[in-house]
Amino acid sequence: MKILVCISKTPDTTSKISFTADGAKFNDAGISFIMNPYDEWYALVRACELVEKNGGTVTLINVGGADNDQTIRKGLAIGATDAVRIDAEPKSALFIAKQIAEYAKSQNYDIVFCGKESIDYNGSEVGAMVAEYLDQPFVSYASKLDINGNTATLERDIEGGVEILEVQTPFVVSAAKGMAEQRIPNMMGIMKAKSKPFQVVAPVEFPDLAVPVKFTLPKEKTGVKLVSPDDMDELVRLLHEEAKVI
Amino acid sequence: MILVFAEATSGHFKKAAFEAVTYGIQTANLLGSQCVALTLGKVENAGQLGVYGASKVYNVANEHLANFDSQVYAAVIAQAAEKLGATVVVLSHTSTGKSLLGRLAARLKAGSVAGVKSLPDVSGGGFKVNKGVYSGKAIATYEISSPIKLVSLAGNEIPLQSTGNEVAVESLDVTAPSSRVKVLDVKREEGIVPLPEAVTVVSAGRGMKGPENWGIVEDLAKALGATTACSRPVADADWRPHHEHVGQTGVAIRPNLYIAIGISGAIQHLAGVNQSKVIVVINKDPEAPFFKAADYGVVGDLFEVVPKLTEAVKKFKAS
Ligand SMILES: Cc1cc2nc3c(=O)[nH]c(=O)nc-3n(C[C@H](O)[C@H](O)[C@H](O)COP(=O)(O)OP(=O)(O)OC[C@H]3O[C@@H](n4cnc5c(N)ncnc54)[C@H](O)[C@@H]3O)c2cc1C
Repeated sequence: MKILVCISKTPDTTSKISFTADGAKFNDAGISFIMNPYDEWYALVRACELVEKNGGTVTLINVGGADNDQTIRKGLAIGATDAVRIDAEPKSALFIAKQIAEYAKSQNYDIVFCGKESIDYNGSEVGAMVAEYLDQPFVSYASKLDINGNTATLERDIEGGVEILEVQTPFVVSAAKGMAEQRIPNMMGIMKAKSKPFQVVAPVEFPDLAVPVKFTLPKEKTGVKLVSPDDMDELVRLLHEEAKVI
Repeated sequence: MILVFAEATSGHFKKAAFEAVTYGIQTANLLGSQCVALTLGKVENAGQLGVYGASKVYNVANEHLANFDSQVYAAVIAQAAEKLGATVVVLSHTSTGKSLLGRLAARLKAGSVAGVKSLPDVSGGGFKVNKGVYSGKAIATYEISSPIKLVSLAGNEIPLQSTGNEVAVESLDVTAPSSRVKVLDVKREEGIVPLPEAVTVVSAGRGMKGPENWGIVEDLAKALGATTACSRPVADADWRPHHEHVGQTGVAIRPNLYIAIGISGAIQHLAGVNQSKVIVVINKDPEAPFFKAADYGVVGDLFEVVPKLTEAVKKFKAS
């Protein structure tokens, strides 16, 4: 089995988000970065489990600069076989997907995994774009994936339920909670990761068609109004008359 | 022309479809253009989209559209967009819309923004929209520069507006490839509003002490007609089903009212719920961080406060 896992680097979930004074750029001073949790905990771990069981390789792919290498090495420590970094600034989803698809199209992967979304841009777009470029089926928000020969059975989270789907390889899938359990890399994995193949590839020319031009922080709450625990009628009155939500 | 894909579940529209059409007509008004809606497969009463502003409603009837497959749906929507000369395509930011947006972007070589929460700023011939980023911790303004613009509209952002009348449904002749994804089964929880669509949510955390105590949460939710949710450790401990987990690594929600019971308000929890319009926090610890993000707070023991609140809601509803 040949699997490709798309990973991105995001600010740690505890990060306090701020921007440069003109609001044009993310302020990364004092921010620690992690692998996007959906990519790491679900997509990558499930991909590793599949090749551990069925044999094969897991290749990591990331579009970004050399400052992403540490994140990519962590993926190798968790269990990926090798890694590719497309050396370009990842400014828009379609640009990123184009780079991944260009690399993947000659490699005949059985499955391309990504996380259901990244926790920075929350776009949830790259997987669908890669699938379209590769002309392959796409199963989004999969919380379960089993494979038997060339046939995969998946559960896809939908509003208020799940769909049980069957699809033949090759296909693209985005992974949601439930697909696997987080793995902490062990010392041996970390040592091995240092010598695993790691390729840096030049990008193909492609425009950025939708880019963030300005960032703002949401309005702070003006302060909580405390209601006595003995007067829930008052809370109901406020929610009805003042907040108008019931 | 603004093309809105109005999605239906089992042949029926949900609020998201009407919101998308409302967004479509308001965008059309800004651009001095028209808004038309597209429905796929068998849809009941598609003409009602006219009420929300669609000047025309098209339907593509094809057996390949019976089940949702992003590949098939995107092929059809892209053809419709090209045939009708759409300059903006609006989808709903749902499991369906999110799976389509990226495909359409690749197909139409169009810039796309997922989960928009504002009408476009079209000043100076540009096209700029806002969306939540960093899991609700910030807002980004995106500029789309391609000739065709694609957006998926976040739920519960645009108040519905009925401006028109029902219109006739015309069929649109485009081809649909056959699906390579087989649907074996669909399991839906009947009778509850799914979390992403809920306008009222009652959520509880580790302060509940154990799953056996959830009756008081369910009673309050029932009295309010709300959907129940929970914090991550509660789902991880299997006190509640995983689909109830809200937050940065769970479901992101934006209801009108979010009631948080025995939840401390960790940054990862807030990230998924802080776009709620009104937040009520019930916690015995006055220093709980959640109070800083709340509109209304009750400092007290949830085991006493929650049943009292349920009674007060019932009394109010009966009056
Ligand atoms: C990478 C990462 C991602 C995460 N993603 C998420 C996420 O998506 N969603 C999420 O929720 N968490 C997430 N977390 C976990 C998060 O950091 C917190 O640990 C979690 O939200 C805490 O859950 P809680 O508030 O239910 O429990 P606690 O923090 O234990 O809080 C319980 C609260 O209940 C109150 N309480 C106790 N007894 C009573 C009583 N009798 N009456 C009233 N109040 C009472 C206490 O005062 C306390 O404030 C994530 C963590 C990490 C590291």
